[in-house]
Amino acid sequence: MRWSKILTLAAIVLVIAAVGVTAAVPLPAFKDIKWLPWGKEITLGLDLQGGVHVVLEAQDTPGAKVTEDSMRRAKAVLERRVNELGVAEPIIQRQGDRRIIVELAGVADPEKAVRDIIKPAYLEFKTADGETIITGADLQDAIEGRDPTSGQVQVNLTFTDAGTRKFAQATTANVGKTIGIYLDNKLLQNPVVREPITNGKAMITGYENLEEAHTIAVLLRSGALPVPLEVLEKRTVGPQLGQDSLERSINAGIVGIIAILVFMIVYYRVPGLIADLALLIYALIVLGIFIGIHATMTLPGIAGFLLSLGIAVDANVIIFERIKEELRSGKSIRSAIDAGFKRGFVAVFDANVTTLIAAAVLYYLSESLIRGFAVTLSIGILASMFTAITMTRWMLHLAAATNVFKQARYYGA
Amino acid sequence: MFNFIKHRKIWYLISLLVIVPGLVSLALQGLNLGIDFTGGNIMEVRLEQGVKVQQVRQVVEDLGYGASRNIQKSGANDYLIRTRELSEVESAKLIATMQEKLGKTVLLRNERVGPVIGKELTTKAVLALLIASALMLVYITFRFEFKQGVAAIVALLHDSLVVLGIFSIFQIEVDTAFVAAILTIIGYSINDTIIIFDRVRENMKTRKKGESLEDLVNFSLWQTLARSINTVLTVVFVLVALYFLGGTTTKTLVLAMLIGVISGAYSSIFNASPVWVDLKLAEKKR
Repeated sequence: MRWSKILTLAAIVLVIAAVGVTAAVPLPAFKDIKWLPWGKEITLGLDLQGGVHVVLEAQDTPGAKVTEDSMRRAKAVLERRVNELGVAEPIIQRQGDRRIIVELAGVADPEKAVRDIIKPAYLEFKTADGETIITGADLQDAIEGRDPTSGQVQVNLTFTDAGTRKFAQATTANVGKTIGIYLDNKLLQNPVVREPITNGKAMITGYENLEEAHTIAVLLRSGALPVPLEVLEKRTVGPQLGQDSLERSINAGIVGIIAILVFMIVYYRVPGLIADLALLIYALIVLGIFIGIHATMTLPGIAGFLLSLGIAVDANVIIFERIKEELRSGKSIRSAIDAGFKRGFVAVFDANVTTLIAAAVLYYLSESLIRGFAVTLSIGILASMFTAITMTRWMLHLAAATNVFKQARYYGA
Repeated sequence: MFNFIKHRKIWYLISLLVIVPGLVSLALQGLNLGIDFTGGNIMEVRLEQGVKVQQVRQVVEDLGYGASRNIQKSGANDYLIRTRELSEVESAKLIATMQEKLGKTVLLRNERVGPVIGKELTTKAVLALLIASALMLVYITFRFEFKQGVAAIVALLHDSLVVLGIFSIFQIEVDTAFVAAILTIIGYSINDTIIIFDRVRENMKTRKKGESLEDLVNFSLWQTLARSINTVLTVVFVLVALYFLGGTTTKTLVLAMLIGVISGAYSSIFNASPVWVDLKLAEKKR
């Protein structure tokens, strides 16, 4: 028996356990160190915390054709709106010539968020003759508030300098007549002008509560959409289902992993135990990479990760079967381990490249959630090859060097 | 030692027995295409205890949203409502009406897919399968030989057809995740096949004089058999756990993978290698 080797093995086990525990129970001390994965939580995708994925397509109107410029402006408007709604880490990206993808995670009412952000929010002030005197483009600011005396909810508008001049002119010319306020061609109110308004202020009333007024104020502040957007595709996940899916996936993962760990020990004995340790290291490496590259964990992503565990086990199984064969052919344990790795790895490599090809094709041809599956699967495959040739091999040699496991039967042969 | 290669006609027959009914079903009733392909709306809600499916259907019908597309229970108090594509306003109205008539309504998920997206998905899926197959054929030709590439492609076609056939026979709804599953199955199936071909490649180097190709391949199959079984087992553990304990939304993905992985293990032993032997023998006869 070689105690130094046994101690090294024991130390490895302890380190794995420590890393595992700190990964599961984040230590506050690590939280502020940027590059350390511990203490940070994996970003959950919208299917796990609730949210919405929506594909919008710009529509041509007689007045405005969809152009590169209008798409850029539309995207900017959407960004402003989403930011003002206070969504953490939204995704807003162009797809093709006239599409915009918006993903919002962690919103309380994703359905309402979609309804709000696709509102054109085209504001117009029109005279009684139907002449437009001022539009949303002349707005400098819009803030919701309450009238100090009546307590009525309203949106207070402030015009730009040019807007102020236009509004002053129009109100002077229309004293005693009405000026209608229209939002998206709907008449909101139609007040009579009592005297010229020269301070560049106006207000819209008629809201039930501050929240409703806030939404309108946000939309007006962020500007009108230059072209109408239509929903091509929308996937909403309520927070409840997200929570549900997360809990279920974690349970399924734990059961699946335990089944693998037990199977490996029962079937492969000592190498199985070492493969289990390597598998835990592997899992930690992969999770570390996910956090490091700020990958978002989605439901298909979890499935991909669990599948990659299967692949990681496979690498070990192939190599161990090889080692067994080498042992049966009469080689010493150490040379059997070396030969097994050398020959087994070629097979593992060729086999994994084809799975990587499938994952890469999937990545390029899909979007969002399914992409998460391709990403986790690919990272998993690469990490599994790495841990198999480094960790498993090193630990197997260590185990052999302890001289505790001398007989071939410890290796299942 | 049992000879896998000698009995290859039987294995081909078993494969055909699984695939042919699937093909017939595909031709007659096709796949049960979900809204990802056809366009439409699927909403899942959690209602108060004791609400009947009939009541939900009534609400949907009264609004004229085409309840004919069926409403079903998906959990203790969860209901799946499939309708035509609903606009944002219509969706909101449906939820509000349920809230009013059936009590507390929690929206679990709501998916709306326009018909354009569905068409694109079909094109993309076919494209993905073709590109992936072509790339793998190239890789295998480069690392092994062209005929083994062909045999591997035959095996992956087999696996895709088995999964497609079973999904068609039982009319299980297919969605985007199903496409992802098929692609992963292809990756897995080839993975299995390659491990065996790798052994064949190695044994060919030390092939003794007079050893027949059948025997050599059969021997290689036996050498890799434990690995083939063990790997499938570990993957099946994970998939079964995911199927029974995992979230409802990944069920299609997991089920397709489960069928595909098992079929993949079968095809790499019983189809890919025998087909390669047949291809090789045909070459000699010429």
